[in-house]
Amino acid sequence: MNEIIEIPLERFRDEVLKLRTEKQMDFLESLTGMDWGESLGVIYHLESTVTGEKMVIKTSTNNRENPELPTVSDIWKAAELNEREVYDFYGIRFINHPDMRRLYLRNDWVGYPMRKDDDPMDERNPLRMNNEETIDSTTELKLNSDGTLEDQENIIFDDREYVINIGPQHPATHGVLRFRVSLEGETIKKLDANCGYIHRGIEKMCESLTYPQTLALTDRLDYLGAHQNRHALCMCIEKAMGVEVSERVQYIRTIMDELQRIDSHLLFYSCLCMDLGALTAFFYGFRDREKILDIFEETCGGRLTMNYNTIGGVQWDLHPNFIRRVKEFIPYMRGIIHEYHEVFTGNIIAHQRLKGVGVLSREDAISFGATGGTGRASGWACDVRKRIPYGVYDKVDFKEIIYTEGDCFARYMVRMDEIMESLCIIEQLIDNIPEGSYQEKMKPIIRVPEGSYYAAVEGSRGEFGVFIESHGEKNPYRVHFRSTGLPLVSVVDTISRGSKIADLIAIGGTLDYVVPDIDR
Amino acid sequence: MEMKKPKIKSIPYEEFSDNESLEKIIKELNEGGASVFVGAMDDLINWGRSNSLWPLTFATSCCGIEFMSLGAARYDMARFGFEVARASPRQADMIMVCGTITNKMAPVLKRLYDQMADPKYVVAVGGCAVSGGPFKKSYHVLNGVDKIIPVDVFIPGCPPRPEAFYYGLMQLQRKVKIEKFFGGVNKKEKRDE
Repeated sequence: MNEIIEIPLERFRDEVLKLRTEKQMDFLESLTGMDWGESLGVIYHLESTVTGEKMVIKTSTNNRENPELPTVSDIWKAAELNEREVYDFYGIRFINHPDMRRLYLRNDWVGYPMRKDDDPMDERNPLRMNNEETIDSTTELKLNSDGTLEDQENIIFDDREYVINIGPQHPATHGVLRFRVSLEGETIKKLDANCGYIHRGIEKMCESLTYPQTLALTDRLDYLGAHQNRHALCMCIEKAMGVEVSERVQYIRTIMDELQRIDSHLLFYSCLCMDLGALTAFFYGFRDREKILDIFEETCGGRLTMNYNTIGGVQWDLHPNFIRRVKEFIPYMRGIIHEYHEVFTGNIIAHQRLKGVGVLSREDAISFGATGGTGRASGWACDVRKRIPYGVYDKVDFKEIIYTEGDCFARYMVRMDEIMESLCIIEQLIDNIPEGSYQEKMKPIIRVPEGSYYAAVEGSRGEFGVFIESHGEKNPYRVHFRSTGLPLVSVVDTISRGSKIADLIAIGGTLDYVVPDIDR
Repeated sequence: MEMKKPKIKSIPYEEFSDNESLEKIIKELNEGGASVFVGAMDDLINWGRSNSLWPLTFATSCCGIEFMSLGAARYDMARFGFEVARASPRQADMIMVCGTITNKMAPVLKRLYDQMADPKYVVAVGGCAVSGGPFKKSYHVLNGVDKIIPVDVFIPGCPPRPEAFYYGLMQLQRKVKIEKFFGGVNKKEKRDE
């Protein structure tokens, strides 16, 4: 566990700038708002993509009435949306952040739900059935050169702009995401993403649940990465408690994670193709996806939300048929993937819709923290399985798929190649699952020792991290999930500018975000 | 002319649970009576309507993925006439509320429902839409869509299996089959000023 370095508020900007330039901390992994009772603050998880060094810093303010912290959104673009999230939950205003609107909750929401002294269930926030009014301007807390603070109004869309609304109910946004797009002819000038239509308050709920109870909610965050999400949370709790799980459990978890990744990438393929009008491809993807779901169902009992990992092991031992069915699946999938490429990859329409569209540069990918297939398509080797091996990834031999173009086609190809790579990983493991217990003996009431812990796994669409701060109770003091989707949504504005409105569908499809994971 | 028990080709009437509420509706409708001609037309139109229920493509979370599996080859909802998923509420017959409805989404859902043309049906799919499910205690989750729109069929599950979807949708078909499409003029009522 990395030591948290506290930086006082006065020196914060200078110190952080020094970290960015001298220590080359260019990747803001996670940004977590905190309420420590007397003070409010933020914890930053930093990593350098050059040296691989990791660091955790924090800063706090004692002013609970008007908490103000300096922004880091000009240093790391990933902070743009994350700081809005902190403002939304804790009411901390960031000085010089250009856009201080709420991210998830409605504009007329009263109070800040994640504060410990705030009860969001009370009568200040009834169910409002009037339509939410969209505001075209935002406020910025500007620091003048003479050191005084002043409220400044920033215009998002002015009256002369032609703004169209996409979502929240739109089949191509993959859920309930809402974009407001300013157009010039057919070309996108600016885009504003509105989140929160499926904000379920999972992090707040976790604070009142016991550790085993919190596990159930992770499957429902990113339902196409259910195993991986739960793996991350279990790993974080196990790390905190110093529990070593058996070799068998490590193997089972790794195989399940990889099966889940194939499942997710098949669904990605199906949905992308369907969005672009290739309906046959949708049937191909779902046909093979059902085979994986059958394997899951036999062992875990569920098709989508499996609830399989537990603290210290897994829920049940593998089904007797598991190994045979996985072994049947691997050659089947290898033999049939050419159909996918024949029907879609080589298609001239697909090439024209995907190639050269929505180019994300490597610098932007790192600055936004867009990990997973998106980052790797831009040439950033961001795979957690290689960076910080967990499970048994250090025992298997696999390639990290990297493309350098950064366009939609590269993002598509990364995922198609990863299906093959995942098959390769499973093949190496499936014959060597060691004997052993599938569940460590745990105490009936699980208490995590005081401290803060962070663990990350490579989810289906990027780095999924879990941050837990524990005060030694049976429920966590603060749980923060590093969403895989939020950075992906924050890059949409940058990469879609200048492209056509129809390309937004291809861009959204290849970024492959899952909305409940963004909103949490 | 009397309303009859709804028949579904593949499953016998007795094998459905919750037949009592259907029988109650049938009884209420029969109390008014129906003319022979209009009643026969009703039967014909309801047969057509119940076998071409077009759903609105509406999904907020996990249940939406199962809804997609329903459309794919293995479960193939085209067998029952549900396959024409419409992206516009104006063309849809029913809305399947797949997934959690939050406080911010509630007015949007209400608006979608209001935009649909009559006759319209609502199916609440999954624990979240039925009652709030695992997120019941959250500050931002609506505990059941029946608080804002009338629901015809509830399908529990987290997410429900595709077979459960079918069972729920067949219940909806049965409900459609016993309706009076031409409205009910009460023939048996005595005109006693």
